[in-house]
Amino acid sequence: MSKQQPAQFINPETPGYVGFANLPNQVHRKSVKKGFEFTLMVVGESGLGKSTLINSLFLTDLYPERIIPGAAEKIERTVQIEASTVEIEERGVKLRLTVVDTPGYGDAINCRDCFKTIISYIDEQFERYLHDESGLNRRHIIDNRVHCCFYFISPFGHGLKPLDVAFMKAIHNKVNIVPVIAKADTLTLKERERLKKRILDEIEEHNIKIYHLPDAESDEDEDFKEQTRLLKASIPFSVVGSNQLIEAKGKKVRGRLYPWGVVEVENPEHNDFLKLRTMLITHMQDLQEVTQDLHYENFRSERLKRGGRKVENEDMNKDQILLEKEAELRRMQEMIARMQAQMQMQMQAGDGDSGALGHHV
Amino acid sequence: MDTLKESPSPCSSRHNSPRPAPCEMPATVGIEAVLDQLKIKAMKMGFEFNIMVVGQSGLGKSTMVNTLFKSKVWKSALPGPGVPTPQTLQLHSVSHVIEEKGLKLKLTVTDTPGFGDQINNDKCWEPILGYINEQYEQYLQEEILITRQRHIPDTRVHCCVYFVPPTGHCLRPLDIEFLQRLCQTVNVVPVIARADSLTIEEREAFRSRIQKDLKSHCIDVYPQKRFDEDPNDKILNSKIRERIPFAVVGADQEHVVNGRCVLGRKTNWGIIEVENMAHCEFPLLRDLLIRSHLQDLKDITHNIHYENYRVVRLNESHQLPRGPGWVNLAPVSLASTSAGQGWTYHS
Repeated sequence: MSKQQPAQFINPETPGYVGFANLPNQVHRKSVKKGFEFTLMVVGESGLGKSTLINSLFLTDLYPERIIPGAAEKIERTVQIEASTVEIEERGVKLRLTVVDTPGYGDAINCRDCFKTIISYIDEQFERYLHDESGLNRRHIIDNRVHCCFYFISPFGHGLKPLDVAFMKAIHNKVNIVPVIAKADTLTLKERERLKKRILDEIEEHNIKIYHLPDAESDEDEDFKEQTRLLKASIPFSVVGSNQLIEAKGKKVRGRLYPWGVVEVENPEHNDFLKLRTMLITHMQDLQEVTQDLHYENFRSERLKRGGRKVENEDMNKDQILLEKEAELRRMQEMIARMQAQMQMQMQAGDGDSGALGHHV
Repeated sequence: MDTLKESPSPCSSRHNSPRPAPCEMPATVGIEAVLDQLKIKAMKMGFEFNIMVVGQSGLGKSTMVNTLFKSKVWKSALPGPGVPTPQTLQLHSVSHVIEEKGLKLKLTVTDTPGFGDQINNDKCWEPILGYINEQYEQYLQEEILITRQRHIPDTRVHCCVYFVPPTGHCLRPLDIEFLQRLCQTVNVVPVIARADSLTIEEREAFRSRIQKDLKSHCIDVYPQKRFDEDPNDKILNSKIRERIPFAVVGADQEHVVNGRCVLGRKTNWGIIEVENMAHCEFPLLRDLLIRSHLQDLKDITHNIHYENYRVVRLNESHQLPRGPGWVNLAPVSLASTSAGQGWTYHS
């Protein structure tokens, strides 16, 4: 009997052995060659540390020349969508990460129209994918659908704000929401626990569907089960981001230096940064799957039910449709009139060539 | 100093000599004793101070008030699970009498829960402006009575502390709108709330950006430059103006640090001491509001903001909000002055 060593190529000469146990390895090799694609959207008010956190998570500098706009510019600005792509490679595995930032969210005095831009961006990506999927050449479909949305909750409130609730309710059927409590170093441990509980209660109260980590399978090892349990218990994650290296206790760590101490980013007693990173990496595949199987399929069935007509405004009423039809009729009539005039001219001009009456359609 | 209702003495020289007890040194008149009399009167009457705190929920306003006056003026207003955030802006005031070394201070704190918390925060400053004007109106009504009270109860807001969230970027459009409107009606002291989320460098950068924003939008916060009376004031106030807005942290729990009992916040990586200048600028705020400029705040409210209100009221009373007991004071013959444009400095 050959010993089971899962990652190795087992001797095909062993009797009774077909060889498909190597399929996972083949899949693994193919995916490594192909690389992974992941689109992450970050939403939250300005100044909650979104850019810093993204830079810390992926150990990169996605915003090298960032100029923070002054107050005067902020007054005029509406919500914008900025997507930046970065290719990260680690041990031969390539990840093509797209981060979609939403500057201007929550800045205005009246935030009623804050999330329209964001929702239409998400829908647009779904629409594009649907179009590509239904097309003829399906070999190189680029998946720009938003797989995960980090929603940043301010640690200064007493829970969710009305804007948070409204936004999450508007997108929970379109994208996986992962709520994150930003700037967690401003809270003591007790305050943190209280805030987390408060947020979870409010999420349940308003029936907001956030992303739930799948339970560990029963055949996974204990460590993994324990890890999953810990992760699930810490949602929403309270994180601190930083890319500055500070000297603490003799070694260099990433953290923030205050007069009263150093907050270490990668210390699980200080914040949940490591948990967030673990969750993202371990469940990247699952996030993509849920986006594909649940959100995209929802979108697709809605879309196909509506028919081929592209409807931008969901509550288009009959009057508007009638007006549109009338406008189309008028245009058709004008076109016909023009064609008739052209034909008249041709008849007059080409009286000699009586048979050359062409039909222009 | 409180305005004196005594007739001035004919010999008013010799201000600078040290204060001997009256009737001891025959060469002096004994005017310096007036200062003692003032003090005794002040102790008897006590002081009133009205402060308003404005800012989004969760920025530590209630905790800050408790820390400032070292007493549980406000029970930490953390709403329980069943209490929703108010849908509209509400104002409620709490009055306490605090005593220190025989001196009584009647402190009224007005809180503004619901400010800036909604999705649409348009005109959320109007109830606040209305409240402030209402207090001026009440005082005015008392003042114009034929038989007035000896001491008119003063409910006018002497100082409005505005809490700016520590985003680290710059002032938000809501902050700008609010500050622009309120600085013309009341003394506004902006502070950076929950400053324990900013490192020292971030704090300085944030402060200078805010100062730039304030300048470019012509927002004149307390201490206002144009009200500086003499060079001493100018120097003192300039020092303060360099540090505005103060980065503050509030705490009402005590911890033991190096054997001392201090007010602070205890975290896993250290204890933030509220009274330690290296940690936060709370002592500066406290000194400004209580130890050095409390009387100045009241004076400016009384002499400038209230007088402005009164002028507008007397000239164009039809333009102001009509509070309870509103009376049309406009004399028919007086033409309108520049009061339509805004508030003017009335000397």
